[in-house]
Amino acid sequence: MSVKTLKIDGKDVAAEEGTMLLQAAQDAGIQIPTLCFLAGLTPAAACRMCLVEVEGSHKLLPACVTEVAEGMVVQTHTPKLQGFRRMNVELLFAEGNHVCAVCVANGNCELQDLAIALGMDHSRFPYRFPDRHVDISHDQFGIDHNRCVLCTRCVRVCDEIEGAHVWDVAQRGEHCFIVSGLHQPWGEVDACTSCGKCVDACPTGAIFRKGSTIGEKERDRAKLEFLVTAREKHQWTR
Amino acid sequence: MDKIRLATVWLAGCSGCHMSFLDLDEWLIDLAQQVDVVYSPVGSDIKDYPDPVDVCLVEGGVANEDNLELLLKVRRQTKTLISFGDCAVTANVPGMRNMLGGAEPVLKRGYLELAEHSPQLPHEPGIVPELLPQVLPVHQVVSVEIYMPGCPPAADRIRATLEPLLRGEQPEMIGREMIKFG
Repeated sequence: MSVKTLKIDGKDVAAEEGTMLLQAAQDAGIQIPTLCFLAGLTPAAACRMCLVEVEGSHKLLPACVTEVAEGMVVQTHTPKLQGFRRMNVELLFAEGNHVCAVCVANGNCELQDLAIALGMDHSRFPYRFPDRHVDISHDQFGIDHNRCVLCTRCVRVCDEIEGAHVWDVAQRGEHCFIVSGLHQPWGEVDACTSCGKCVDACPTGAIFRKGSTIGEKERDRAKLEFLVTAREKHQWTR
Repeated sequence: MDKIRLATVWLAGCSGCHMSFLDLDEWLIDLAQQVDVVYSPVGSDIKDYPDPVDVCLVEGGVANEDNLELLLKVRRQTKTLISFGDCAVTANVPGMRNMLGGAEPVLKRGYLELAEHSPQLPHEPGIVPELLPQVLPVHQVVSVEIYMPGCPPAADRIRATLEPLLRGEQPEMIGREMIKFG
């Protein structure tokens, strides 16, 4: 196994071949903002929050799916990148219907956290106010598409960790939404094991436990970490 | 130095931001000594928005013709306009009617479909202000100097925003202490 040496934000970093920049940076104590990334799941590079500047590349690269290479020179927090990230979060807020005041995830939301971290005090883009739906046909859970940022964590966690593949992405562009089963109400999808991993993976309040109200959503991320560690390292520790 | 002329305005919101302003408790007494409250639904009995105003806290989104008229006046006559609370910054809960599309479906839903007794659409020109097609955040209608999101912004954050202004400085709206949605 070979080791690659590179520079991230001026810092010398050594990482195993095949490591993604996001991980290499994190190991070096450099936190790159993420939204769709969730450790243990295949990276999707959907949200573009982790875009970084790599010398010699004419475009920005998502750190979650870019492998380290020998001699790479990477910048992760330039004003240009931070500007794009803020714009990205503003667009996410403007795209859906994110009414924090009435959301289960208020105060415990990765989208809110990003807004704060990037200094977003308002969105410069006009809100779209799309007509989206809420599905509460499942016994225990609900999905509110108004709050969905299409990170696809639910799709991936259900497919890769639970192995049920209840979720997928339907339609294109502005009509894109997370679909359950064969476009059935969630409660009618036989494949769903009601494990709740999608609730734990969801960064916002889009997928929630029924009966929880404003600011009450809690996630058991440790459960996901436990399963991934058990599967990959055969260590059943929690 | 002349005292700062302070106003507060309440557009389409629940008044919760103003209640949070009142939560400043004894600091309101300090504030009252440093400013002239020239217009405010909770701090003054003046009916017409005066000219000029140094600092104005604008609560609420822009939902109807009255809101729009007042906001345009506020902008013309105010130096520092603060978008005060989530309804002003994002349209928030009042903006949830925008998903129905236009004023008419909203009125029909509220006054006809959900009415139990004598359903009728409100129509009193000159008395009941007409709804705008959409509830808009303040900055989509006029320019804004400072954004203070929150539902409502906590009293200590209101104070942390106003204190620098009293000293003639700009508040820095960064970090978890100063930015909070919901």
